[in-house]
This record gives sequence, C-alpha cells and structure tokens, in this order.
Amino acid sequence: MDPISIIEGRVSDLPRDDVDTDQIIPARFMKRVERTGFGEFLFHDAKEAPDWNVEVGNPILTTGANFGSGSSREHAPWALEDAGFRAIIAVSLADIFASNCTKVGLLPIVLPEEQVRAVAAAGDARIDLDAQTVTAAGEAYRFEIDPDTKHRLLNGLDDIGLTLNDEAAITAYEERRAASTFPGPSSLSLPPETSLSTTPVA
Amino acid sequence: MPKTLFDKIWERHLVADDLIYIDLHMVHEVTSPQAFEGLRLAGRKVRRPDKTLATADHNVPTDGTPVAARIKDALSRKQVETLEENCAEFGVPVFSLGSDRQGIVHVVGPEQGMTQPGMTMVCGDSHTATHGAFGSLAFGIGTSEVEHVLATQCLVQRKPKSMRINFVGELPFGVTAKDMILGAIGQMGVDGAVGHVVEFAGPAIERLSMEGRMTICNMTIEGGGRAGMIAPDQTTFDYVQGKPAAPTGAAWDAAVEEWKQLYTDEGATFDREITVDVEQLTPRVTWGTTPDMVVGVDGTVPTPESFDDPAERGQAERALEYMGLQGGERIEDISIERVFLGSCTNGRLADLQAAADVIRGRKVADGVYAMVVPGSVQVKIAAEELGLDKVFTDAGFDWRGAGCSMCLGMNPDVLQPGERCASTSNRNFQGRQGKGGRTHLVSPQMAAAAAIAGHFVDVRTFEPAGEPVAA
Repeated sequence: MDPISIIEGRVSDLPRDDVDTDQIIPARFMKRVERTGFGEFLFHDAKEAPDWNVEVGNPILTTGANFGSGSSREHAPWALEDAGFRAIIAVSLADIFASNCTKVGLLPIVLPEEQVRAVAAAGDARIDLDAQTVTAAGEAYRFEIDPDTKHRLLNGLDDIGLTLNDEAAITAYEERRAASTFPGPSSLSLPPETSLSTTPVA
Repeated sequence: MPKTLFDKIWERHLVADDLIYIDLHMVHEVTSPQAFEGLRLAGRKVRRPDKTLATADHNVPTDGTPVAARIKDALSRKQVETLEENCAEFGVPVFSLGSDRQGIVHVVGPEQGMTQPGMTMVCGDSHTATHGAFGSLAFGIGTSEVEHVLATQCLVQRKPKSMRINFVGELPFGVTAKDMILGAIGQMGVDGAVGHVVEFAGPAIERLSMEGRMTICNMTIEGGGRAGMIAPDQTTFDYVQGKPAAPTGAAWDAAVEEWKQLYTDEGATFDREITVDVEQLTPRVTWGTTPDMVVGVDGTVPTPESFDDPAERGQAERALEYMGLQGGERIEDISIERVFLGSCTNGRLADLQAAADVIRGRKVADGVYAMVVPGSVQVKIAAEELGLDKVFTDAGFDWRGAGCSMCLGMNPDVLQPGERCASTSNRNFQGRQGKGGRTHLVSPQMAAAAAIAGHFVDVRTFEPAGEPVAA
C-alpha cells in the first residue's frame, strides 16, 4: 500500500444514501482470483439508470449516508481504487466498508451533510491527511480519523507486519488457552468427510 | 462493575491493545484467493489451520454438479479449484463441492459444532453475525483482514459500541424470527446499528429455537450492526451437544460451566437500547430495495408522498420504479413469478420443515417457478430422510443442491430482469438476485404460501383452494 498524504483534484458526486456494495460492484464480477482489474465493473449496473451522472476518473467521491452498506466484499474498495478514486467523503459509511478502504489505501472521510454538499458543489478539493482537513472553495473542514489508522495510511504500513511485532503476546495467549480444561474446537479433529462424487447425484 | 455479554467475550480475547484473538476463522472461495496469494508473496503460513475451516458456497452451482472440475463456468471453476489448492497448500480443512459436509459457511459452522458459545469468529462475509446466536462474537471482515487472520490468528479492532434490542411481548401466531428481525430493521433503519455490536434479548428471543436465533443474528448487518449476539442458554447447549466438534465428557461439563457465565450482568449499560414490541408484528414483506423498506402483509405499499423527508421520498421513488410498483397497492395483490427458499438466513432444516408444512399436498401456482436450496449437504440429507424433498417436488418445487444459490446473483441461480421473487434471503438490494430482478424478503412460511397462491398471502389465514392431502 502506498503512503497517503495529500489527495487533490476533481470531485465526483453521488448524492444519495444507502449505496450498497451490490451497486458498487455486482457479485457476478467477483469471480476473479486476482486483486486487480475490478475498476471496469465499478457501478456496472447502477450506472445504467437514466439519472446517473457520476464521473469516473476523479480522485474524490462525495456521497450520502450509509455508503458501502451490505456485503463485506473488499472488491468494492478495490473497484473504486482501481477506477482512480483515492478518497470517499460521505455523510456516514458502513463499518466493514470503511475498514476495508483503509486496507487498500482508499481514504474514508465522514463529514456533516452540509459540508459534504459544499465540497461537492466546489467541484475540486484538497485533502490533507496529516492535518485532517478537506479544503474546498477556500473553506477547510476538519475530519476525524482513528490515530492508528492515520499513522498506518500516512506511512503505507503493512498491518500484518505490525501485528507480528506482538508475536510473543499472541504465543503467550495461545499457551494460556491451550492449558485450560476447554481449549475450544479444532477443525483438524473433525471426523473424516465422505465424498459424494462417487454416488449418483439427484 | 457489571458487564455485558459482549464485554465478557471481548476481554477474554484481548491479546494486546486493540488486538483480539480469533477462535475460528471460516473461509470461502470468493473472499479468500487474494488473501492466500498475499501470504504466498510474503512467505507467510497459516498460523492456526486447526482454527480455520473452509467451504465452497457462494459460487457453486446447485444443479448437482458433483465436483469443482465439472463446473461449467470457467471463472467459477477456477475460483473453487483455487480454494481447494490453497487449502491443500496451507493445510486448511475444506469442504468443497462433492463433500457430504459442503454448504453455506454459516450453516456448516453450527452443524459441525465448530460454532460454540463465548468464541470469537470471523469470516470474509458480512453474514458472519449468524454465529452470534450461540453467544459468540462473530464479525464479517474484508479480504485484507482475512489475510491478517490467516497469518496472525488475530484481528486489529477498536472496541465497537454496544447496543441492545429488547423484544417485548408474546410472539403472535404465524409470526416468525424473520418477521422479528425485519420488524426491528424497519423500526431502526438500515444504518440504525452502525458502529455497534448488538445483543438481542427478551422473552420472545429466549423462546426461539437456535434456527430462529440464527435468522435474527444473521440479519444484524442489514441494520448496519457488524455483530449480533444472544446469550447462550439450555436451548444453545442442547443444540451444540453431540455435534461433531462439540466437547465430550469432562470437557463438555467444563465448557457448559464456562458458557453459563456468558450473560449480560444486571445493571450493565449499553451505548444504545431500543425496544421492539413483537405483539404489534404481522408477517413482514419488503416492498423496496433496502431491508428497512418493509410493511406487514396486511398493509399496502407506501406512496412516495407519504415520506416527509425529500431524500427519503427520492429514495422511495427510485425503489418503487425499480420494483415496478406504484405505491398504494395492497401487498396481497402483488403477484410473483419466482420463489427462493434457502440462504444462510433461512436455509436450515427447521426452515424447510416450516415451509413444507404450508405446502404439503398443494401445488405451486401456474406461472411460478419455485426452488428450495438446502443450506448444506447435511441439511439436504436430513430433509430427504424426513421425506421433505418429496413434499416439495410433489408440490412442483425444484429440489436443489446446497449453496448460497439465488441469494446473491453470482452462480447460475439468478432472476431475469423484471422477475419478481418471494425470497427467504437477506437482501433486497437492486440486482442482488440478478440484474433487474425484484426481491421481496419474507419468512419461509410466507414464501411457501406465496408459491402456492401466486401472490403474497397472509400465511396466518392461508386456505388455498382444494383440500390439503395428508402426507
């Protein structure tokens, strides 16, 4: 993941609430086993609506409440990122979607509705992650972001590498659990399965 | 200090600040290939294959295709085969196409006894909240987090806020768990629980079967909540006991003792609480394109003018146009062409039994294509042992193989543009069941009655023409 500091440029606007991940990318385009190439399927079906006018190719997308609701598919931020978006400025964001965005270097920003509208109306914006501001038409709007997430995005850090710094704590936790009377189920001790492929299938 | 059920499980799993240990990681073919590839590129292995379990579900055909190699669609075949190869390479147990354990990840976990009270569970699927029905903390995660959990068995997570939904009153005749959760979502909206872990409580919850509790927790995400949970009780213990991965002997007794501590203490506080009066509920039917666009079967489709907020009015207009409805029509006057009975919401044996009881000895209406998709091969086998397959096929239903099927429009089971479906699944989003398809979410009983009548009908008073034939 590339570090993020400044995101600057044109704003695309999708002024509606509850844009779910099936609108962002329909499930039938999630069959690829690679992480790339999902951009061409962004808003694939939704954009056929007669009133659709979201420009693709700009770095910033403004939208309404509960953007990214529904599925946990990371294909949604992958598609947005692949299509060139670098930041989503919404009135509110669905939990899993917002978390997924931070893993792929797509900056999720929540602002009050009137500020989102002002940014959309300006048509251009400059986002400064370190300062936590969105500047549009001369006004600067401050946004909140989890400090750990901010640090990770500013430095383009690998989450797994950071967690493995706690390796000793993980091992200690596992040893403690393994020593308890009831350590929890193991998928490796499930009884053997039977293959159906040799029996006739109805 | 009094603690919530959620607090207790959270604290027991804290490894470091904002780092929780994951007891079970369920994996499926769609959200895992890029995660395994990430491990390979970084030279990492799966830390705990024994706490990982994979199954093929989203992308499998339900037409009896016996093995992955015979899947006709090349991309789907590649995705399922990639899951098999990745699991073989990293030592993860997998129930793929052709296994007698294959099925929807959220049906397989509980029926194998891998889902147990007090656990933390994750899966690259937003309906992972299903497992919270056992008093576990279960989250949906994205593919980067799947890779993270495969590599570390931990998840970086700031503690979410807590919320309790109290169901008060006695559940009326003919009203089901599906109607309870659709009622709650209708009341709080599709973003009502964003940022919260939700505990479902109240006498109506305590009286539900495990299948009903799973239906409720399953749809927590449809209200924006990432995890839903229900305190375990005797119903839970009875369900888990004897399942393949359940503890036995002294370990069982120790486990039950531990599980009995999993409840919200008297006086514990939640960041948010709401109350849902189940006595006001009738069987629910969604009319729009989000799960909170829902009314009772005895009601009418709302008109856009009935919404004061201009944004909501605009959304209702778009939803009605997509759904091919005007607003003002009676729900019972809406005709359907398709019925889908299945999914991680309502694809378990109890769901199929409830639907079979409605259709026994009756026939699917002319012009309706109705399908039953058991949630797992084990559900299918159990249903066939009870003769349910015969009840369904005699009525004219198509009896299919196990998988996610028409819940998500990814495999060959899809709606055609304009087709209207009574569906027991969880999302009525635009195009969710196939491009241009129109989804109405209902309970299994309501879907079964609609299949027979050819339109929505109140299952509480449903008396179709002709005498029911004894099975």
